Amino acid sequence: MDITRRVRFEAERVRGFGKEIMAVPGCERLFSCIQCGTCSGTCPLSVYMEHSPRQIMALVRADFKDEVLRSNSIWLCASCYDCTVECPRQIRITDIMYALKQRAILEGVYPKHFPIPILAKEFAAMVRRKGRITETLLVMRLFMKANWRAVLSSWRQGLGLIRTGRFVLRQEHIERRDELTAMLAAAGNGTGKTKETP
Amino acid sequence: MTYNYFPGCSLKGLGRAYEESLLPVMRHLGVEMAELDDWNCCGATAYMSVDEHMACVLAARNLALAEKAGPQDLVTPCSACYLVLNKTKHYIKDSPEINATVQRGLGAIGLSFSGKTAVRHPLDVLVHDVGLDVIKEKVVRPLKGLKVAPYYGCQVVRPYATFDDAWNPTTMDRLLKTLGAEVVHYPLKTKCCGASLTGTVPEAGLRLTYILLKEAVRRGADVIATICPLCQFNLDAYHDQVEKRWGPARIPTVYFTQLMGLAFGLPVEQLGLNRNFVPMKPLPEVPAPA
Repeated sequence: MDITRRVRFEAERVRGFGKEIMAVPGCERLFSCIQCGTCSGTCPLSVYMEHSPRQIMALVRADFKDEVLRSNSIWLCASCYDCTVECPRQIRITDIMYALKQRAILEGVYPKHFPIPILAKEFAAMVRRKGRITETLLVMRLFMKANWRAVLSSWRQGLGLIRTGRFVLRQEHIERRDELTAMLAAAGNGTGKTKETP
Repeated sequence: MTYNYFPGCSLKGLGRAYEESLLPVMRHLGVEMAELDDWNCCGATAYMSVDEHMACVLAARNLALAEKAGPQDLVTPCSACYLVLNKTKHYIKDSPEINATVQRGLGAIGLSFSGKTAVRHPLDVLVHDVGLDVIKEKVVRPLKGLKVAPYYGCQVVRPYATFDDAWNPTTMDRLLKTLGAEVVHYPLKTKCCGASLTGTVPEAGLRLTYILLKEAVRRGADVIATICPLCQFNLDAYHDQVEKRWGPARIPTVYFTQLMGLAFGLPVEQLGLNRNFVPMKPLPEVPAPA
């Protein structure tokens, strides 16, 4: 039987990480967590997570950056906000999950071939280019990038969408795409980012 | 009564039956929905996962366009759009840093946002502005005998809804009763449908969908009524995969606006009901008046 240590080492901490996350708008109350576990009990996805939301709060606060950013937990958060309205300390747990997702994408440390972060990036790229999302085209891009075999298991659903007239192949876009580009460029100036995150 | 209307991407794609039923119902009630000129994607949950500041800037363009279009409230039927637009308003108000980024972006294209425009859901508008009494007057084909499970999902009631309770919302329950339907007790009404996880991590996402379907069947419902395009898609378009994994749970899921259209006697073929994977049974014929 393999014995693995379940508690992290002091040396694995990245000092200041918790404070950095707390400085993100919406995450201010992170350090008020009393580890009651209401979030984990409420969360419909916690049973699938490597670390429950309660553990994530503790790990972030204790600066275990790699542990948190590389876990599937943050990507399994479906943004249902149940934990956020239930938290007795008014911690915006969903928003903390967002801050962690952004950080994981920025540093490129999300689980590779895991479709959720890829979907987020493809979604953002389509919005920047076109201003709008065409869901069927987005899903096809996701299949190509993440798991083309999934197309095979979804063919019946694809046919159903065609049958019900919901399979849209024409890319939706806004008229003033240049306006969108100009807006995002101007907003990005002064935030310390030379260009938007990939 | 006039509102600015933000449809969101889904209502032009997978959720087109929502728009196809929403607009005629609103028109029938004398409510004008003026589609926002050149609106862009709200960013949904995905953009927020990539870049919070830019997500707010994107969403804020729509708020600014709405403010420019006039003092009317901005109505958006999609739960994600509703949440993101409201969230952006909160962030602009609460975070000077985000407000500065947003105003810099908007300023570059000759727009600004003061924070005034209210972002509302059609359910709120229908019940609280139009009123159940007015809706009742329009019901020509009461949904008698139709058992409906009212499903609200997450993002309209959490965390920013101001018009109903986050734990036990009842706005749609009351609306459905006004249409003559029998509302089934459905304690899962605000539980998560699995969102985009149904496609990306089906083991987890579809399980949530299954729980919702199964419970509605167990409670004796004929149909699930929803207020969100993603909830409708998840509950309707994955039956094959869900039932193969966990067993039968067949029940149709329609938009609450489609049920309103039926009760108002609007032409069935114009309500988008043909877009369902699992179709709703036609209502029993009304005996012709003697």
